[in-house]
Amino acid sequence: MTDAADLRRRTAELLATHPPKTTDRLDFLRARFDAGLAWVHFPEGLGGLDAPRSLQAVVDAELAAAGAPDNTPSRIGIGLGMAAPTLLRYGTEEQKQRFLRPLWTGEEVWCQLFSEPGAGSDLAALATRAVRDEDGDWVVDGQKVWTSSAHLARWAILVARTDPAVPKHQGLTYFVCDMTDPGVDVRPLRQITGEAEFNEVFLSGVEIPDAHRLGAVGDGWQVARTTLMNERVAIGGARSAREGGMIGVAAAAWRDRPELRTHDLHQRLLTFWVEAEVARLTGERLRQQLTKGQPGPEGSGMKLAFARLAQQISGWEVEFLGEDGLAYDDWTLRRPEGVDFTGREAGYRYLRAKGNSIEGGTSEVLLNIVAERVLGLPPEPRTDKDVAWKDLPR
Amino acid sequence: MTPTTPAAEPDLLYSEEEDALRAAVRALLTDRCDPATVLAALETGRPYDPELWRALTAEIGAAGLLVPEKFGGQGAGPREAAVVLEELGRAVAPVPYLSSAVLAVTALLGCDTGRAEVAGPLADLAEGRTVGALAVPLPTAPGGTGPATVRADAAGALTGRVTSVADAAGAGLLLVPAEGPDGPALYAVDAAADGVRTEPVTPLDLTRPLAHVVFEGAPGRPLARGERARTAVERALRTGAGLLASEQLGLAEWCLTETVRYAGERTQFGRPIGSFQALKHRMAALWLDVASARAAARNAADALAGDGPDAQVAVAVAQAYCAPVAVRAAEECIQLHAGIGMTWEHPAHLYLKRAKADELALGTPGRHRDALATLVDLAAP
Repeated sequence: MTDAADLRRRTAELLATHPPKTTDRLDFLRARFDAGLAWVHFPEGLGGLDAPRSLQAVVDAELAAAGAPDNTPSRIGIGLGMAAPTLLRYGTEEQKQRFLRPLWTGEEVWCQLFSEPGAGSDLAALATRAVRDEDGDWVVDGQKVWTSSAHLARWAILVARTDPAVPKHQGLTYFVCDMTDPGVDVRPLRQITGEAEFNEVFLSGVEIPDAHRLGAVGDGWQVARTTLMNERVAIGGARSAREGGMIGVAAAAWRDRPELRTHDLHQRLLTFWVEAEVARLTGERLRQQLTKGQPGPEGSGMKLAFARLAQQISGWEVEFLGEDGLAYDDWTLRRPEGVDFTGREAGYRYLRAKGNSIEGGTSEVLLNIVAERVLGLPPEPRTDKDVAWKDLPR
Repeated sequence: MTPTTPAAEPDLLYSEEEDALRAAVRALLTDRCDPATVLAALETGRPYDPELWRALTAEIGAAGLLVPEKFGGQGAGPREAAVVLEELGRAVAPVPYLSSAVLAVTALLGCDTGRAEVAGPLADLAEGRTVGALAVPLPTAPGGTGPATVRADAAGALTGRVTSVADAAGAGLLLVPAEGPDGPALYAVDAAADGVRTEPVTPLDLTRPLAHVVFEGAPGRPLARGERARTAVERALRTGAGLLASEQLGLAEWCLTETVRYAGERTQFGRPIGSFQALKHRMAALWLDVASARAAARNAADALAGDGPDAQVAVAVAQAYCAPVAVRAAEECIQLHAGIGMTWEHPAHLYLKRAKADELALGTPGRHRDALATLVDLAAP
């Protein structure tokens, strides 16, 4: 069993053979992967050492102290948070060997082709078709939407319908899609903020070899559930400091602009401050539970709290700023690589936060999940359960 | 000054010992303090359930958790007392735990425990031989104590009136902040002494009785004077407010659990009402509030246990957050139970009355937010 001392020794060895100061960034990251220090809980040979997940912190701390480069996890979050756990669980040995290393080093960016214009919260209703050709490979046609990083991505995880004659959850199959295929057309999707973080992706006659299928034909929904569960864990597991995020911006504005203060705004700010601090503590409690190997259900609710607070506090900030709140910093169509809540001004925060209760599961869907999976309340009656997908109203 | 995250990382989980303590208290309350028993006890006119209190103090030693072993206590601390309060809140138990084992005990611990006048009562409270009450109005917030309404003469005779003291009617020992000849002081007064009169108030919360206490030349024994007396009372109020958050958490948790259970059983329009999304969302939102209240209450208990510099912020955050959550949980409990929730026979009203009274107790949420404004540098206009 690999322990903390063993990991420290291996980290020291890596730093000795690849001094960060004189080693090329990518070479260092590849060497780190090959040493099993990328994600220590992954299997040996795939960037890990079968070590407890909690020990990753030991490696990260040693490497950060030595000034080693990291793989900019924020930039490759979809690969790390969604594609990698799914590949690990459902991929063939060849798929794991081919995809995981460049995914982790960031050489190959990933995106996910799940949502469609007609299938958002009801993801299993998706209509993108994958049809088998005479060689047993696949031809995909359809349209996806809300795809972050699609314009940067080398690969995508894709869910498509392979059998319209069975109920909707049973006729789906999961693939790895090559984003350089000539049938893939990526177009920026301009948002409420003026910028385009996301894309629409049009798929016309995209050819996917059967070797790029993940899981069995018709098992796509099961595989997608693994992906989505890992997405929520990623959202709930982060640690933050007091006055981190939106409340810090609002509190700083309050301190900087005494001339704008009113009693009403003061009362509301204090209420938000308390709620933000409690949300931070709730996240911290969840983190402590995870560290002890007792995952709690708090994660299911953290995103709800985060979305509500971000929206309320950013709305408060625009109001607080008064006349300055009437101006907007920049409507230019830009293509940012991630969301930057603190790098922009109040109007941007207010508008972008509207997405927080929609992306990654709407607040309404998350409330259903809490009600049914945490509280054990009965599901709503369903009208689509035993009906072939092709016969459902659309 | 910009507030930063406290240096020490709070422990927000429960230890194995705390889980064991919870199990013991819960088993006792399940046996002796089911809602029907609590309802019946309200009709007896007794200020609290003496058998239940005896079992809590003698069998479990709950009253002595905050008291060091050398004074006859358990030598535990606020984290453990918080677990007891969670369970008492879950049962709306009619016992003077907050008044005697938290407020009175903490006030005594703030005095010179080397003196027999302090150590003696401390041991009595720890072992449950005496019930104590800190003679301040229940709504008093930490940091908000003005001059005492009781005066003491040079001989220790007390005169004055303190309104709305929790559990005063059942208490044997009153700890009385008073203006003495040399400034503020804290006195011990036997509730049965001549010159002490309690005027019971008909309380909103029937499970935590209130009384005005009148002193007419009552004999007081001085416990502490000046800054020491002021600090002892302040610390009792802060500890009480911080641990009250755990009572509010337990109360809210019962309301949620019972509502979810009922919504899964009660059918209307041909299906369980818990399958309607309008109701599910309300219960799910409440669950998130309760999960968050747990983090806030644990943080306060842990901060009080460590007595760190961040304890004031932790207590203010916990009270500002947990008090409204308990009220909301009790209000939702009644609304989602609908008709049955409005009856006397269903215990939901006991929880609403306790939750609403708790919202005022030891500082309203607004008072605690006001305190935060200073503590975290968000000054008023």
